[in-house]
Amino acid sequence: MFDALSQKLDDALKRLRGQGRISSENIAESLREVRTVLLDADVNFKVVKDFIEKVQQKSVGQEVITSVSPGQLIIKIIYDELVALMGTEKADITLSNTPPSIILIAGLQGSGKTTFAGKLANMLKGKGRQVLLVAADVYRPAAIDQLMLLGEQIQVPVFTSRTDTALAIAKNSIDFARKNARDTVIIDTAGRLAIDEEMMREVENIKKAVSPHEILFVVDSMTGQDAVNTARAFHDRLDFDGVVLTKLDGDTRGGAALSIRAVVEKPIKFVGTGEKLDALEPFYPERMASRILGMGDIVSFVEKAQQSFDQDKAEKLEQKIRKSQFTLEDFYDQLQEIKKMGPLSQVLSMIPGVSRLGKIDDVDEKELKYVEAIILSMTRDEREHPHIINGPRRKRIASGSGTSIQEVNRLLKQFSDMQKLMKNFSKGKSISKVLSQRFG
Amino acid sequence: MGFFDKLKLSRLKEGLTKTRDAIVTKVTKLIYAKGTVDDEFLEQLEEILIGGDVGVATSQTIIESIKARVKTQRYETPEELNTLVRDEIASGLIGSLKTNGTDPFDLPAGKKPYVIMVVGVNGVGKTTTIGKLAHNYKNAGKSVLIGAADTFRAAANEQLEIWAKRAGVPIVQQLQGADPAAVAFDTLKSAQSRDIDVVIIDTAGRLHTKTNLMEELKKIQRVMKKCVPDAPHEALLVLDATTGQNAIQQAKLFHQAIGLTGLVVTKLDGTAKGGIVLSISQSMKLPVRFIGVGEQIDDLQPFDSQKFIEALFEKE
Repeated sequence: MFDALSQKLDDALKRLRGQGRISSENIAESLREVRTVLLDADVNFKVVKDFIEKVQQKSVGQEVITSVSPGQLIIKIIYDELVALMGTEKADITLSNTPPSIILIAGLQGSGKTTFAGKLANMLKGKGRQVLLVAADVYRPAAIDQLMLLGEQIQVPVFTSRTDTALAIAKNSIDFARKNARDTVIIDTAGRLAIDEEMMREVENIKKAVSPHEILFVVDSMTGQDAVNTARAFHDRLDFDGVVLTKLDGDTRGGAALSIRAVVEKPIKFVGTGEKLDALEPFYPERMASRILGMGDIVSFVEKAQQSFDQDKAEKLEQKIRKSQFTLEDFYDQLQEIKKMGPLSQVLSMIPGVSRLGKIDDVDEKELKYVEAIILSMTRDEREHPHIINGPRRKRIASGSGTSIQEVNRLLKQFSDMQKLMKNFSKGKSISKVLSQRFG
Repeated sequence: MGFFDKLKLSRLKEGLTKTRDAIVTKVTKLIYAKGTVDDEFLEQLEEILIGGDVGVATSQTIIESIKARVKTQRYETPEELNTLVRDEIASGLIGSLKTNGTDPFDLPAGKKPYVIMVVGVNGVGKTTTIGKLAHNYKNAGKSVLIGAADTFRAAANEQLEIWAKRAGVPIVQQLQGADPAAVAFDTLKSAQSRDIDVVIIDTAGRLHTKTNLMEELKKIQRVMKKCVPDAPHEALLVLDATTGQNAIQQAKLFHQAIGLTGLVVTKLDGTAKGGIVLSISQSMKLPVRFIGVGEQIDDLQPFDSQKFIEALFEKE
């Protein structure tokens, strides 16, 4: 996600880390680089200006100059400011005590409103809510069909009409929800430009008519300097409660996130991280700030792992690792678990330090398939005792898995490296320590 | 002069009002307010350029060139300074960019069907662009066939179908989840047997960082060549004018994957300035072929740098 930004901030601050003392000149130089980094990341230039001023005020002071590790201190100041800029804590959406809870979604064309509506419905359904999706985009060709198909996929009913106005659809959907015992209504609206007076009035009227408990503004994380203008315009008209940042699974540095937060002072509540309907995550400002500073996103990673890993299996695995009995059979099981956690590049990007290894977007999911094929072409005995795999066996495994002997060799080598790594874990070193020894 | 007739200049100007307000009007105001180039002037100029998504690097290049010029060239009045600054901004942003003077909807001889492949990240307006392109080619007297190779997104087919109907052109499609390369292949085959002039292939939106999806694009390209060896004749990347610096990465990676021939900039009717697109166009030597300035079917304009500058700097 924010890897590129972390990388550059890292570079800008490297100079500070190495130096024993800090002069106001070398702070200025680093801050200029930080400025460029933030601007290149599409943070609005006014926001950057304020940000740099704040950091400068806090840095060029007695405590920094006399402190033992000035570089660390500045990183901390920048980190704190980034967190402050993005909101200090995680924000949830408001749901009403008396049903139905009404959620209104608005934003520019192509920001990802309809996909987000589907994802949110899916998430709330998973929490046991009776969701009703409402297709109120009567303008874009096939927008209604798109939401209906999404509703079908996640088995959530979709309310709409091919003849009514958006306002009428929204109004009628609330009655429909009451009569059909749906406790949560998610209204998807058409994409609109903030300067389109007529369209802005439409969404304003929808707001007045249904009094939503939560209005979410959806914005593409790749948006440039204009993000603040759009956010402000929507905010002036709708006074929305939160922001949804979409398409964060690309390599955008997502500076828009910082800008919008700073300008409209409304929290970012969700981030969209993929095209699948479960690729929706809450937004954690602290984690994002850590990420920006290259500290990785270990908390998200751990949580994701916890969700996906089978607890029993995990305990057995831990036992095996402790006893250094980790086999190819276990390795195969583990691959299956990792696959459950999402795209490999996304999983890797959350591990601290990995972002510094270079491009992880290139991690080829296909390679995993080859690895699986190779392991599946081994006998159980071979998986438990890889050392018995001799020349003829390698040849057999290669032809059985449709790979080459070199690929089989490479996998065995990697596995033996991994076993060594496991021994380090079992000696009680922390994961991050081992990783930093290996990659840092 | 068929080309300039087609270019509805008023529409273009209207669409570009925001760009002009954002960059040019501000610069002009700044010039008349200050009348002289000093550090403060340059700093404010930088802010204006960065605010227009021009990017730090390009902004600095433009500022350096203005600095260099005012050292050697005297200016007496704000008008002269205005011309000078305008020149440098124009050459920094548009530079050697040229659009060929021929009718943009004229087709080169011997390339039938003429195959246009349209790519881009999610939500930039590919399908809408295709509807508008089809409409324009049809109005230019060409027979058009659309290939619906976005088989991934829910209701992408339906959306394209509606646009095809509006433009009055036929469409080749398969069910959602079908192999997009197969759809493209079928479209070309069908175009050959129906003696079609222009084929426009829609593709699913994809983030440029998804290796497997970029491979899929390459595959579509390879498979099309089996039918029409030099296809696609055009590979157009659609960029959203509201996109910031990430547009550079998009252009680079799509170009790497399939070799782009041009850019289409959409949503220029909003408040976004699209400054980055001009930087990309210049640095990557990729022409901006069309710009989208509205949601109507005829709101796609051929891009002409001369006209663009004129519209940009024209006094109210």
